[in-house]
Amino acid sequence: MTGLAKQSTPLLKSPVVQASGLVKSFGTLRAVDGIDFSIKPGQCFGFLGPNGAGKTTTLKMLMGLADFDAGSLSILGQALPQAARAIRARVGLVPQSDNLDPDFTVRENLFMYARFFGLKRATVAARVEALLEFSELTHKAQAKVDTLSGGMKRRLTIARALINDPEIVVLDEPTTGLDPQVRHVIWARLAELQARGVTLILTTHYMEEAERLCDELVVMDQGRILDQGSPTDLIHRHVESDVIELRGEVSEALFMTLRSMSAHAERQGTAVYIYTHAPMPILEFLADAPELTIIHRRAGMEDVFLRLTGRGLRE
Amino acid sequence: MSRSIWALPHFRWAAIAVLERNFLVWRKLMGPAIVLNFGEPLIYLLGLGLGLGHWVGTVAGLPYLVFLASGVVASSAMTTVSFEGMYSVFTRMVPQKTYDAMMATPMDIDDIVLGEIIWAALKGLFSAVAILVVAAVLGAVPGGWMALWALPVVFLMGLAFAGPAIIMSAVAGSYDFFNYYFVLIVTPMFMLSGVFFPTDSFPAALQAVVQFLPLTHAVEVIRPVIVGQPVTQIGAHLAVLSGFAVLSFYLAVAMVRRRLWV
Ligand SMILES: Nc1ncnc2c1ncn2[C@@H]1O[C@H](COP(=O)(O)OP(=O)(O)OP(=O)(O)O)[C@@H](O)[C@H]1O
Ligand SMILES: [Mg+2]
Repeated sequence: MTGLAKQSTPLLKSPVVQASGLVKSFGTLRAVDGIDFSIKPGQCFGFLGPNGAGKTTTLKMLMGLADFDAGSLSILGQALPQAARAIRARVGLVPQSDNLDPDFTVRENLFMYARFFGLKRATVAARVEALLEFSELTHKAQAKVDTLSGGMKRRLTIARALINDPEIVVLDEPTTGLDPQVRHVIWARLAELQARGVTLILTTHYMEEAERLCDELVVMDQGRILDQGSPTDLIHRHVESDVIELRGEVSEALFMTLRSMSAHAERQGTAVYIYTHAPMPILEFLADAPELTIIHRRAGMEDVFLRLTGRGLRE
Repeated sequence: MSRSIWALPHFRWAAIAVLERNFLVWRKLMGPAIVLNFGEPLIYLLGLGLGLGHWVGTVAGLPYLVFLASGVVASSAMTTVSFEGMYSVFTRMVPQKTYDAMMATPMDIDDIVLGEIIWAALKGLFSAVAILVVAAVLGAVPGGWMALWALPVVFLMGLAFAGPAIIMSAVAGSYDFFNYYFVLIVTPMFMLSGVFFPTDSFPAALQAVVQFLPLTHAVEVIRPVIVGQPVTQIGAHLAVLSGFAVLSFYLAVAMVRRRLWV
């Protein structure tokens, strides 16, 4: 329904989220340090960044849950923080860590959450059942939350975020810590939402997730946006088309040679990464080094991410 | 741009959703709650009222059972409300993150705190009703049906005690912190506010101190209503309780904002 409205009203073509010069400090730490972005309706917009980059803080500002020290932020045409309550009525949030109500069953969690939106039980009864179906939890409807697996809890949290039929769903690391099966189910569901015209805003540490789901990505580090674009744009802009990964003893002489043959090469522990647009000559050259494990693949977001944010640990 | 924790709270119907949540959870554990609420005063009143009462005889012109029952109605509401405002509210605020979940909806901290305060006061009211019923069965409610007028006062005192308890929750690092409040605030009031014996036997200095305790004012209204005597200075007593209720609600909202706002 939201999708149809989007097509017929040109007004809604304007961004659903518009942020400029956003700053948020905790004491002397500038957790978010002057960021600008805008999100179009129906987009899946992703925030990537190492731990502590400021992703969660940014999402909290979008929800009107965190104050900001400078800048401006408007969601669905309404300015924060003034319109926070009105905005939250139209947005769903999947927080980084689940905060389901342990005193209730799965179904009761959905009904109760609807009440916090001021929705009547009768109004949402059909939606609750549809959401149980959507999140494949119908068989667990009567189960207490503590008896659910991590994947089920996450699916319930996502279902709960949809109880108000939101135009925007904000997901903070929706699939962290989940097995591949659950992750694929969640991806499919998020794609379904997007097909219905819902705008998705998410953070993730999984590059595959970002590449698959997101139309537009920003890479953040230390509170700043390093770059922004579609996954393909970012890959073209920051890394060469191919990566050759070597595992094993690579002598300094060999490394220097490989570096001269490629656009970019780096060592990381016992592995060497060679970035190039022309992999064939390098692969032929390496045919003489059978003791090395050679992996040839196309460059992806992970390479962009590491190129932009470096390989050092963040703690 | 930045919000102030000291901004005046709003009163909105959204607070009812908190009551609804707590009631639904309470209903699941209703059995044990009822045993506690009716069983404990029954033992209290039988043991102290009849047992000790036999030796004490009359106090302030009332049979001891009657004197005690009318005081325990108030003190029990205080204890119930304090437990709810501390252990239960802290559980929802901190480990369980229930309020974080609510805050992602149109609910604000104003609504959450208002709902919790009313809920705690209702629980206090429930415990008072239980005691009143037990006391009536034991023939210790000489005021008859007029004793029901004690209930709105119990609710008001519940509001007055809920705010301070929630303030404690908002500043507590862990459950252990509540020991201070119980030892320094709740237990002294329990003993000194005229629940078990009249305060006129105290030295003048202590009698003056006792006048600052909200439980004293609650007892001063609730007891005469239950035993069917005229209430003196009712306006002053209710004003003290109302003052505590309003001021502590405001401070509770501010302190919970301070804790939960990012
Ligand atoms: N309430 C807070 N008080 C003080 N500092 C905070 C608070 N919340 C976040 N920070 C700090 O702000 C920075 C950004 O935190 P944020 O949670 O936004 O990072 P993130 O990108 O979500 O990281 P992660 O990937 O680990 O979830 C971090 O240095 C963090 O320690
Ligand atoms: Mg985070």
